[in-house]
Amino acid sequence: MGDLILNVNGRHLRTSAPEEESLLSVLRNRLDVTGPKYGCGEGQCGACTVLVNDRVTRSCRVSAASVAGSRITTIEGLEENGKLSDVQQAFLDEGAFQCGYCTSGMILAATALLRDTPDPTEDQIVDAMNGNLCRCGTYPRILQAVQRASRLAAQRGVR
Amino acid sequence: MSDPRLSLLDANEDLPRSLCTRALEPDRRGFLKMLGGGLLICLTHPSARAQEAGRTFGGHELPQEISAWLHIAADGKVKVFTGKVEVGQNIRTSLAQQVAEELRVPFDSITMVMGDTDLVPWDMGTFGSRTTPTMGPQLRSMAWAARESLVQLAAQRWNVDARTLTAADGRVTNPATSLVLTYGELTRGEKLVRNVSEADPLTPAVEWKIAGMPIPKANGRDFVTGKHKYPSDISRPGLLFGAIVRPDGFNATLASLDISAAEKLPFVKVVRDGDFVGVVAPDAWSAEQARKSIRAVWDVPPQPSNHGLFEYLKANPEDDDESRPQHASGSVADAIASAEVKLEERYTVQYIAHAPLEPRAAVAEWNGDKLTVWTGTQRPFGVRDELVEAFHLAPEQVRVIQPDMGSGYGGKHTGEAAVEAARLAKASGKPVKVVWTRSEEFTWGYLRPAGLIEIRAAARRDGTLVAWEHHNYNSGPSGIASPYNAANQLIQYHPSKSPLRQGSYRGLASTANNFARESHIDGLAQAVGVDPLEFRLKNMTDPRLRAALEAAADKFGWGKLKSTPERGLGIACGTEKGGYMATCAEVEIDPATKHLRIRRVVEAWESGAVVNPDGLQNQVMGAIVQAIGGALFEQILFANGRILNQRFAHYRLPRFKDTPQVEVVLIDRKDLPPAGAGETGIVGLAPAVGNAVFAATGSRLKTMPMAPKVLASGEANPSFQS
Repeated sequence: MGDLILNVNGRHLRTSAPEEESLLSVLRNRLDVTGPKYGCGEGQCGACTVLVNDRVTRSCRVSAASVAGSRITTIEGLEENGKLSDVQQAFLDEGAFQCGYCTSGMILAATALLRDTPDPTEDQIVDAMNGNLCRCGTYPRILQAVQRASRLAAQRGVR
Repeated sequence: MSDPRLSLLDANEDLPRSLCTRALEPDRRGFLKMLGGGLLICLTHPSARAQEAGRTFGGHELPQEISAWLHIAADGKVKVFTGKVEVGQNIRTSLAQQVAEELRVPFDSITMVMGDTDLVPWDMGTFGSRTTPTMGPQLRSMAWAARESLVQLAAQRWNVDARTLTAADGRVTNPATSLVLTYGELTRGEKLVRNVSEADPLTPAVEWKIAGMPIPKANGRDFVTGKHKYPSDISRPGLLFGAIVRPDGFNATLASLDISAAEKLPFVKVVRDGDFVGVVAPDAWSAEQARKSIRAVWDVPPQPSNHGLFEYLKANPEDDDESRPQHASGSVADAIASAEVKLEERYTVQYIAHAPLEPRAAVAEWNGDKLTVWTGTQRPFGVRDELVEAFHLAPEQVRVIQPDMGSGYGGKHTGEAAVEAARLAKASGKPVKVVWTRSEEFTWGYLRPAGLIEIRAAARRDGTLVAWEHHNYNSGPSGIASPYNAANQLIQYHPSKSPLRQGSYRGLASTANNFARESHIDGLAQAVGVDPLEFRLKNMTDPRLRAALEAAADKFGWGKLKSTPERGLGIACGTEKGGYMATCAEVEIDPATKHLRIRRVVEAWESGAVVNPDGLQNQVMGAIVQAIGGALFEQILFANGRILNQRFAHYRLPRFKDTPQVEVVLIDRKDLPPAGAGETGIVGLAPAVGNAVFAATGSRLKTMPMAPKVLASGEANPSFQS
């Protein structure tokens, strides 16, 4: 058990955890940050996706200790002053979820994609998101939501 | 029968529906007091019984109590109570729309209280596409009765004829005087007793203003912000984390156990009760380390494997009342003996897993002898019964709360994690959370049944079907009835002793039975040289299914496009649980590599009046995408009591890259009552795809999955792969 300070959504959260414990486990079980979900524990489903220094990261596959000092963004950190991010708003507008368990991972994967590729082709979206599973099968709407988020950002002059 | 309240029930026994504001069973009284004043609409048991008409549940005694369904507070806010649960199928929204419609209140004024056994009326569970056809009318009736009561209250206050008043937007208006009373004002301090025996004058769908509209998911914002708490997200003060030591195979017995290493770990407690061995720790990581440190040796008896599975299912019948012909007419044998064209085939489906993205999870907390469990289940009252039995409690000592969960698809009828968490919580004296690992979910849940289906059929050269014989071994009777006319028929389901634990699944056997039937019909059409759509229409009279077929074919462009060796076009149709669907698929095939990919799917869907077109589109589209897995590559591999592919890395599921262009055509029959739409949308994809492959290549795929990389035998698949 080592003391650990994690920078989560701009807040410094203090806890203690073993060196090997995954970021997902520390976030969910020690810090009560439950936006990232457990789905498989092997990086196959993407439900646990967070951003580490803006990069898509499977939080079940990295230790919390290894990302101490990095900027960790979870779904809880995307709203700004009560306003949804473009991607969140687009998922809501498109109704791009059913049970919603995959949604936080999907939104973070899309957020990272649009940061690097503001106007992605359909193939680019599919390639970037293929590691995220939605068992309810809402992929067509998620695809539309990512395209809508891209347009929202363009309209706001963000890109 | 000494309780005086029961005599009230008896007095109302003959009425079709009885409404009141009194006589609640003791354990719900505190809750109802908590709601304060206002109007409360209750229902006696005759309708509660009718709600699950035609269903039985393991001798469970149906509830005899009066239950509250709807409460209007002084501020006009409406709470609706139902034992149905939200798992992504969008009933939190669609039920609220129906209540808002009949009650004449804004949609936003309604809060649905769902799946909390202390707060809602008893309910069998959320399965079988029953919510829309049963709970919908039930709540609409309650809402209508509430509206009637409110209008009468206003009439009394104003001393006018109730028929001259109108109710809209949460208020009663007297058009003659322009006086207005809000529902909240009317309910303040009032108590009502009301019996209703006339037929329901519910609002017809053509007049709907809130129901029938594409209203977005009620609490959608909580899902894009991460605020929604799923069962596995629940925390309690002093929470401990539990983990269970699992047997090394099915039907195993514990031979030896060494817990000494675990007991040396700080703050870890090992709980043992017979063959149940679990651990609790202050954090999840320590609980997992403790579980891993326990050395358990299990005796696992030899058991069947995928090899020879279908012969095993046929050779091992289960004695069951269901084992009789579902349909028998004429003589199939005579008709086939003299037939011009005949076709006999054998179709198989493998076991598949539900793989809900949220595995089973529960948090259990004891307060004295009262147990509260938060868990993900489609049957909160069923899980309550499991807990009552496991801990020898009275039902009122157990509360099960079901937060909207990470879905189930029929896979979460049971309460394993709830019982495990409660055991560990009892032993440790603290609240305990148990979240199954993915491997546990694959291994210790239950599966969609595997099945063998044998069909023989005959037709005349002019394309008239004359004989149809369909036997299903193990996978189940749903969807087994044929929508095609044939004078000679024998249709039978044969239950088997399944080597693996099996249970409900979205669409259940309907997928297997439709796959076999629609593949076979396609084969017959080809054998007589008639277009598959034309062959179906020629032999079918059901106007709703014909309409679905024609709508799908029209949207798809059936007849305008032609199959080639690189591009196959297929069609299939079916009806089950009040839903009518037809599916067309376009499949791209590489003749050299035999690699196939589904390019485009059109499904026409009709389930009566549409309650929420946006939710319904989403549901049917999701069913089509989910169906790709079972159609092309999902299969459970097992041997000797062990699941071999118990990880997502080894169990392929549909992803973005597998998803075709999907078009759903909704047929809104406002003249017909709404049916459930959660399941039957899944059944058309596999046969449509199989028929498309046949149209392109002449190869008939008769096994589900149709295109896995590896066969269930473990050999590489030499045929089509996806």
